[in-house]
Amino acid sequence: MIIPQLSVFLENKSGRLTDVLEVLGKESIRIIALSVADTSEFGILRLIVPDPDKARALLKEQLFTVNISEVISVVTPNEARYYARLLRILSDIDISVEYTYAFPHGRDAVIILRCSNNDEAVKALRKNDLQLISMKELKEL
Amino acid sequence: MEIWNRHFECMDREELRKVQSERLIETVERIYFNVPYYRHKMQESGLGPEKIRSIDDLRKLPFTTKQDLRDNYPFGLFAVPMSEIVRIHASSGTTGKQTVVGYTRNDISTWSEVMARTLTCAGANRHDFIQIAYGYGLFTGGLGLHYGGEKIGASVIPISGGNTQRQIQIMHDFGSTVLACTPSYALYLAEAMLESGISRNEFRLKAGVFGAEPWTENMRREIEDKLMIKAIDIYGLSEVIGPGVASECLVQEGLHISEDHFYPEIIDPETLEVLPEGEIGELVFTTLTKEGLPLIRYRTRDLTRLNFGRCKCGRTMVRMDKCLGRSDDMLIIRGVNLFPSQVESVLLEMSEIKPHYQLIVDRVNNLDTLELKVEVDEAFFLDKISQLETLRMKLQDNLQSSLGLGIKVSLVEPKILERSEGKAKRVIDRRKF
Repeated sequence: MIIPQLSVFLENKSGRLTDVLEVLGKESIRIIALSVADTSEFGILRLIVPDPDKARALLKEQLFTVNISEVISVVTPNEARYYARLLRILSDIDISVEYTYAFPHGRDAVIILRCSNNDEAVKALRKNDLQLISMKELKEL
Repeated sequence: MEIWNRHFECMDREELRKVQSERLIETVERIYFNVPYYRHKMQESGLGPEKIRSIDDLRKLPFTTKQDLRDNYPFGLFAVPMSEIVRIHASSGTTGKQTVVGYTRNDISTWSEVMARTLTCAGANRHDFIQIAYGYGLFTGGLGLHYGGEKIGASVIPISGGNTQRQIQIMHDFGSTVLACTPSYALYLAEAMLESGISRNEFRLKAGVFGAEPWTENMRREIEDKLMIKAIDIYGLSEVIGPGVASECLVQEGLHISEDHFYPEIIDPETLEVLPEGEIGELVFTTLTKEGLPLIRYRTRDLTRLNFGRCKCGRTMVRMDKCLGRSDDMLIIRGVNLFPSQVESVLLEMSEIKPHYQLIVDRVNNLDTLELKVEVDEAFFLDKISQLETLRMKLQDNLQSSLGLGIKVSLVEPKILERSEGKAKRVIDRRKF
């Protein structure tokens, strides 16, 4: 499924990630998944949270640059070959993965992806019987 | 100590005043009849050329600013037909409208004359080899020194700026005795000379004429120690003529202004009143002999003071202190003039960026560095690293092409740049002058 993801622009210096998490922590926001991409100068913190609009408002109040973007969430057995198969399906139809991260859930893994064309990617994954997971299901994990 | 033009440089001050008065009267007549802009300005204040009878009447005349030159871009303030103009230069670093200056054949000869005085001030003569590492081109540095060097009969080496290894090789192989460049580049060369492993004894360098950017006494000592030369401070600006407006002599106690060509005043930049001798204020020049672009009371924005006391070198020409700063927000980066507003206009052209920025100027290994911190617009922040990197590079390219300066761009979070306390601090200059 396509789900919302929160992105926060961060300068690459110590304490900034802490600042974000403290803002969210104070309001007991639950973090389902988290990933950080960085360059030597800046980074992007990506978060899957149950209520992204609320989290966004909290961070904006503290003047963080925040945006909500769409990503795909998929569940596969937690083995490399399933991840590989998923990626092969996409590359076979020339869809590139801009970034991806994953976290384990029992014997499964939840994979988050951002593709050059999310809608086409979802169609292709469905056609190949991959199990897409909704925000509602993610919240219940 | 040699003096290039004893007649004028050591002239009795009463006599000099007469020369200045005569020349001012001629200049005012020329601009009144040949430059509509000045004629209108004078008419507005009810002034005809007949009201100007001596140099004392100068303060009746209106000021000229850089903005006046821009408003009349490119040739609007020229006082001769273009057929009389033999050279055009333009100030460095400005977007769109540069400050354009034009020279007649006589102006080039005046320029060569004052540069000959400058080089003689530094102890140079026809036996010297002058390595000119100022940039050649629209910038007046290279060609100004060049003509002065030829005028005194020295052997001129027009190597222009950059290419440090070649500078050192030529300095060594040709036996350069005088170096002309910015003071920061002189220090850079000094270090490169050390690294080259060639012994100082194999170089013949004895003096340097350094200008086009502010520098301190500490920097002078460092240059003199490292290069084992006499470091002479020179001053000029393209609007007035270029380098050659003023120069230190070997006494190194202030810069002698070629007053028979450029009449200096010190004003209070707020009230615009002329200040008494010795007080610090903004330096203002009136050109007394220029034909192409004569300027009346041109505000340099440089802060300094004048000293009319007799110099040990024998010259009677008034001395100005090393410039102490600016009365506006102009920065001089590696010899290039930069106003923060120019950076702002580049930012405003890019919708992906908010015009919230901060410029950080520093000097690393004796070279000026410039960093621009800028906020990303949230609407554009779309979660992709590659997109942000592309944006950063694009901004860097835009700045380079419109300002002629390499500026390192950093994308920052919004609240980093203070803007709460009224006026935002746009420039942080960490250089120590």
